[in-house]
Amino acid sequence: MILTAPASSERSTFRFDLSLPTLIAFSVALSLLVLMPLSWLVYYSLHDRAGGFTFANFGQLVTDQTFLDPLVTTLILAISSAVICCLVAAPMGWLVARTDMPLRRTVRALVTASFVTPPFLGAVAWELLAAPNSGLLNKLFRVATGSEPEEHLLNIYSLPGVIFVISCYTFPYVFVLVANALDRIPGDLEDASSVLGGSAWTTARRVTVPLAMPAVMAGALIAFLQAMTLFGSPAILALPAGFHTMTTKIWSLFQYPPKLELAAAASLPLLVLTVVLLRAEAVVLGRRGYSVVGGRQGESRRIPLGRWRWAALAVAFLVLLNPVFLPYGALLNAAFSRVPSEFVWFDNLTLHNIEFVFFELSATGVAFRNTLVLCTSAATIGTVMAMVIAYATSRKTIAWHRALGFLATAPVAIPGIVLGVGLFVTYTRPPFVLYGTLWILLVAFVTIALPAAYQQLQSAFRVVNPDLEEASRILGATRLGTLGRITAPLLRTSVIATWCFIFIGVIRELSAAVMLFTSDTKVISVLIFDLNESGDLGAIAVLGIIMLVFTFAVVILINRIPGFGGVRLRNT
Amino acid sequence: MPDADISRRTLLKASGITALSAFASPVRAAGPEPTAVTAALVEAARKEGKVAYYTSIDLPVAEPIAKAFEAKYPGIAVRVERTGAERVFQRISQEYASNIHAVDVVNSSDASHFIVWKRAGLLAPFVPEDVARHYPAEQKDPDGMFAAFRASLSVIGYNTRLVKAQDAPKSFADLLDSKWAGKIVKAHPGYSGTIMTATYQISRDIGWEYFEKLAKQRVMQVQSAADPPKKLALGERAVMADGNEYVLFQIKESGGPVEAVYPTEGAPLIASPNALFTAAPNPNAARLFQCFCFSPECQALVVNKGGMRSFHTQIKDKPGRRPLSDIKLMREDAAAVEGLSEEIKAHYTKIFRV
Repeated sequence: MILTAPASSERSTFRFDLSLPTLIAFSVALSLLVLMPLSWLVYYSLHDRAGGFTFANFGQLVTDQTFLDPLVTTLILAISSAVICCLVAAPMGWLVARTDMPLRRTVRALVTASFVTPPFLGAVAWELLAAPNSGLLNKLFRVATGSEPEEHLLNIYSLPGVIFVISCYTFPYVFVLVANALDRIPGDLEDASSVLGGSAWTTARRVTVPLAMPAVMAGALIAFLQAMTLFGSPAILALPAGFHTMTTKIWSLFQYPPKLELAAAASLPLLVLTVVLLRAEAVVLGRRGYSVVGGRQGESRRIPLGRWRWAALAVAFLVLLNPVFLPYGALLNAAFSRVPSEFVWFDNLTLHNIEFVFFELSATGVAFRNTLVLCTSAATIGTVMAMVIAYATSRKTIAWHRALGFLATAPVAIPGIVLGVGLFVTYTRPPFVLYGTLWILLVAFVTIALPAAYQQLQSAFRVVNPDLEEASRILGATRLGTLGRITAPLLRTSVIATWCFIFIGVIRELSAAVMLFTSDTKVISVLIFDLNESGDLGAIAVLGIIMLVFTFAVVILINRIPGFGGVRLRNT
Repeated sequence: MPDADISRRTLLKASGITALSAFASPVRAAGPEPTAVTAALVEAARKEGKVAYYTSIDLPVAEPIAKAFEAKYPGIAVRVERTGAERVFQRISQEYASNIHAVDVVNSSDASHFIVWKRAGLLAPFVPEDVARHYPAEQKDPDGMFAAFRASLSVIGYNTRLVKAQDAPKSFADLLDSKWAGKIVKAHPGYSGTIMTATYQISRDIGWEYFEKLAKQRVMQVQSAADPPKKLALGERAVMADGNEYVLFQIKESGGPVEAVYPTEGAPLIASPNALFTAAPNPNAARLFQCFCFSPECQALVVNKGGMRSFHTQIKDKPGRRPLSDIKLMREDAAAVEGLSEEIKAHYTKIFRV
């Protein structure tokens, strides 16, 4: 490589290097961001309303039936969802990654679609489909079988109903983990098994399944966590069904008069459980990494399904009916129907819902503006923070880089609703009164987005050779200058992808936003949630479709970026 | 903000007088002079350019009110912040505790909220000319802090395609018949001020045993009092145990298959006042909006399009709707609701488990 010294090289020796102060500032900001809400959460959980120290909040948590019931419900719900997700997603991941099933790319794309669909929107759509009496599917069932008006096939307002809807939007997590793991398993291991005389079945049982098992286990844990901490779907479906989950219970504690101490105490078990399970996941995934390290030898071998190819595809599409085709269809139907529970036909076709959302609903403009501002700024700030921290940790520029990396990943252990409670108690009191401003939402969204963004960029940094940066430094550029002029452009694709992922994550965030918004700082997800409470399903359908269009525009943009891997999104 | 500034509890002791008698105080005390809409007020309001209306009125009514105001006074945008009355109350408490003064005008279907706000000194005395001239004394605060903007009933209702008129329940007691098990939808007092008020009146006049038995009927629990009529219209449930009469009217008059039943025990009456906040960020626009709300023009809209009842003496009920005078009503008692609100929510949650 030929380097020409820039003409201004001697000027830089007089320039003050802002790199260290910047890194220190980022470290302090990060510590405040993560540690303050958690500290206040713990503080509140251990104090009574008058400010005296007490364990009574936890006492009430373990003795009061109105807390024990939701806890049991949540555990049943999380375990069932995890099991269902694995049973559905693991075979699908295998079909896509290891067989010659047709339309594999399309199936992957459709799983991505269910990945980015906001779970609360899916829940509303499933209300339209499977409410016991007015649900479209139940109507079809009655027409098809000639059953009585009160008979129904599905009842979404039930625990199985909630488990089903949660699984619809959680299974992609398992799918992605399993498919990616199977992508990486080298075909020659299976070849070795065949050469040694193993039948296809033996190979699958003795080689493929054991190799994929850690990913399935990790997927199960993630699915469990997602189901446990999900707020939107249960908030929409569980109340009509007559039960609470932990997240909806915590949220109900914010009713007047708000019981912040109890909310804080109820949040901590979710936090502890999440930390424990994520540790477990790290251990499990660590094992998998060991077993196939460096093993990739060209394209892995695809298993011919023969005449079962199309049957496999049919099964895959049958699964995808639930998170994608049916809900989207129901939303479209509701957007144009005078009565959301009736099929659109010439006699009930209406544009009223669209007119209502755009020309009557005065919160639409504010919510769109806020959402756009927050998406853009959270994506930008989150990406910059993640980049600086990833730089600091991967280049070991400062002494406490390990702690910094830990702090940047720590929010992954904080469920959205817990973070919402934590931020609320932190920023409604001095010294930082941010409640009522967009700042508190920005803080929430950046904190939520940081772990995935950081991990994404950190792995990107590993593939950039430090030589290039050192050359820049030798020629007199500061660390920050180098980061901005050399490293960032080299990481362009990862940086753009990270930005887009934060953007999508923020559009669909509900659980923290619902705790932190005020009338001036409403976002679309909260607006949809509000509309659901008064049963304005047509308006929700219109807003939801717009939200999906936005999201897919960004997803398509990401897919245009070559060589981009998957990043985890959080449920809301 | 663990200690909300406004506590219902502290006011419990003082709740000897009922709201109705407070409204109806014969002493024509030092209420403020009535205000007419003047060019100066309109000009000052236009300079502010906007007004924030926190309300529990169902959006399909609240937004047209806002649009009618904007059409009459171009250049002043109304932002409707709509949620259940109990949430409106919680939101305002939360905002005020954090020193956020975003609300200009408030409307709540839980009249007890106004007692709390008034006592906390948050409300601005202001009497629109229409209120002074055309509103009965029992529907306005003697100190001019608030007046009943609208009224409605919480009623029983049914879907006419699923239930024949002669089979429909006639009373709250009828709802306990096992034939309605799994077919009832009901709103929540922790969210809706209408249902809070209704739950108080029913528990007072019929007793909590009614709710305990109702809970065994596997009711579908929704939040807003505006939602049960919508669930009837969808055909999701056959009968509603409570919910807004005005939304039923809207659906029925636009061809929906719903019908209201006025329970023989009496239907809870819910009068919903409007008030201005002292710390309103747009005080002039707030005053202009308050004047508009009580004008015959707006009241006619509230009645004809909204399906509600008006206390404005010049406004007549829409033909075809049963007049209030023909309906057996349960007595309103905002002060009692104010004292019992927390207890009602807790008791209700225990019975219905949500």
